[in-house]
Amino acid sequence: MTQAILFVFFILGATALLSWPLGRYMTWAMDPAAGRGRPNGFTALFCAIGGPVARREQDWKRYVASLLGFNLALFTVAFALLALQQYLPLNPDAKGVLEASLVFNTTASFTANTDLQHYSGEVSMSYLSQLAALMWLQFVSAAVGLAALAALARGLAGRTLGNFFVDIQRATFLVLLPIAFVVAVLLLLTGVPMTFQGAAVATTLEGVQQTIARGPVAAFVSIKQIGTNGGGFFGPNSAHPLENPSFWSNVLQTVAIIIVPMACVWMFGRVIGRVKHAAVLFTVMLVLMGARITCAVSFENVPTHAFAALPITQDVGNLEGKELRFGAAAGPVWSVLTTSTSNGSVNAMHDSLNPLTGLMPMIGMWLNEDFGGVGVGMVNMFLYIVVGVFLAGMMIGRTPEYLGWRVEAKEVKFAMMGLLSHGFFILVGTAIFAVTPWGVATLNNVGPHGFSEILYEFSSSAANNGSGFEGLGDATVPWNIATGIVMLLARFIPIILPLAIVGSLSAKRRATESSGTLSVEDGTFAGMLTATVIIVGALTFFPAATLGPIAEHFMFMN
Amino acid sequence: METIIAILRITVATMAICVGGYTTAVWAIGQSITPDTANGSLITRADGTILGSKQEAQAFTRPQYFWPRPSAVDFKADAAGGSNKSPTSTDLTDRAAKTVEAYGATAENPLPAELAAASGGGLDPHITERAARYQVERIARARNIAAPDIEKVIDENAFSPGGIFTTDRLVNVLDMNLAMDKVPVR
Repeated sequence: MTQAILFVFFILGATALLSWPLGRYMTWAMDPAAGRGRPNGFTALFCAIGGPVARREQDWKRYVASLLGFNLALFTVAFALLALQQYLPLNPDAKGVLEASLVFNTTASFTANTDLQHYSGEVSMSYLSQLAALMWLQFVSAAVGLAALAALARGLAGRTLGNFFVDIQRATFLVLLPIAFVVAVLLLLTGVPMTFQGAAVATTLEGVQQTIARGPVAAFVSIKQIGTNGGGFFGPNSAHPLENPSFWSNVLQTVAIIIVPMACVWMFGRVIGRVKHAAVLFTVMLVLMGARITCAVSFENVPTHAFAALPITQDVGNLEGKELRFGAAAGPVWSVLTTSTSNGSVNAMHDSLNPLTGLMPMIGMWLNEDFGGVGVGMVNMFLYIVVGVFLAGMMIGRTPEYLGWRVEAKEVKFAMMGLLSHGFFILVGTAIFAVTPWGVATLNNVGPHGFSEILYEFSSSAANNGSGFEGLGDATVPWNIATGIVMLLARFIPIILPLAIVGSLSAKRRATESSGTLSVEDGTFAGMLTATVIIVGALTFFPAATLGPIAEHFMFMN
Repeated sequence: METIIAILRITVATMAICVGGYTTAVWAIGQSITPDTANGSLITRADGTILGSKQEAQAFTRPQYFWPRPSAVDFKADAAGGSNKSPTSTDLTDRAAKTVEAYGATAENPLPAELAAASGGGLDPHITERAARYQVERIARARNIAAPDIEKVIDENAFSPGGIFTTDRLVNVLDMNLAMDKVPVR
């Protein structure tokens, strides 16, 4: 247990420290105007690439329209590449035709920065599909999130939102590309493969044939983690020994999961010119995430229940679905981080986590804001802030304000629509699949755990997470279509609504803050925000949780 | 129209740089500084045939070899995966009962849990040092060699994967079995 505690503090401490300078760098990259008015030279280049339309300031409607148009292009190109993979090059293992609904689901999933995978990479995808369709989307979809956050922050700072076509290039080329490159090289050093040779056929020591899938893994895995994408090169994701070969590759990838989402909070604070406020938000997020990590690590320290009656040692935690080289705490820690951040990669099979451990990733996806996906995590938190500020204002009988902007009925309605749509997608989807063969016929486990598989799948889709209780046989037409639609709606609704709120706020006169203004930089605000997140975010899902993981816990573990 | 052109140009630029440039650069670095692991850490025999990957488990069922952890995918290295069974599932109990039987574990000499639990990817190349020592007696009998000779191989192979952050020392099963084949029979 000492090692586990040390591991958690090492990972979180190192990443939190690194996120500070990175946040500074990202502010320079994404919003040169905020950095004391010294624009970086790249802006001119990006304007040149984007053409005349990239030189104009955009209002929120134009910004959103450009964002959606760009995503339509992403979807179309990736869809075509996947649908035609059997005719295209870089396919040494002759991967064949992908089923149509799977192509739709996979394209929607990677466009929406979700990376829910209803296929297994080494079984179904050519190297070209992996790189030009999926890895490409891993870069640009994450960049879309960063662009949205930059625009939101500028609007709240009382400036124009900027230009989407410049922001998307800043995020791709100045933020994601350099970090991904550094992480990819470090991954190479820890033993991750990077080859264009096809699978190798081995004859084992006992004379059995074993086909060893390989590929350009390091480049893919790096941006998978940095961009909170999470889609693995191989089926079992970072539990695969070639995708995550050692303890240190695992440390590197764990840090890579949360570093950019953490830095996004600092970037937000710098652009709005309120770093202290960002520190409060950072603390709230860290506390919510830390609580789940603590729970997950201790729940997973309980030995595998199924082995209890057998002559098997009971002195270690649950090891089903885990790899030994990462150490005991790495699985539960990762499971929380990957769902806190809408990443969705795994280094242990979440389906095989102890019942209450498995609840922690679900809660992470239900809240979806600490620290959330690249860019969009902070954008989600903004929705909670709007609601929280409104509630606080009502309680003390003052006009609710955030950063001097008057929050009124319209903004709160938009924020609540955003937050409630999340619960709607998860609960309605789960309800439908839990009573029809669409869901029931695809389960890998019986009883409450089967229900958890369905609940998890919809939570993961709606949170744009991408991890799964992977026993679920989800490569069916109903699953592909339902989760595909949920992923797309759940991606764009929480991007459009916050920008609409900012558009509405910035049409008003900004008040100067006085001693009567509710501070957003103190403990009261932190407490109010935490309470809002828990009440609005978590309690919505409590009844569903009792039917799944909590029921399973009390049936077996007591 | 201008918008469509902007979208197309940015699409091409990101594709060229993030897919073309980035992939090529990472590939070139991998092939020049870590060519062995970059190509999958393959082990070849003297005659050039491939024996396996050092990083991936392969099936071992004969008594003279160390056995790896159970694999839910029967060690298929081109379709990896875990069992995805709940730890409360009776399917796991049934599977573990067979493993217990194969090792001949008893209440006095219980099986280390890591040898009963299937790994996440089904290809975990390691077992703990403790799990290796658990198998010494069987291997000694099957090979007709003394236990200390096997213990020596374990000592030479055991390593701590994460220093102060991890508890158990591990051994690579394939490395150990290759080493065992070189131990002379007395």
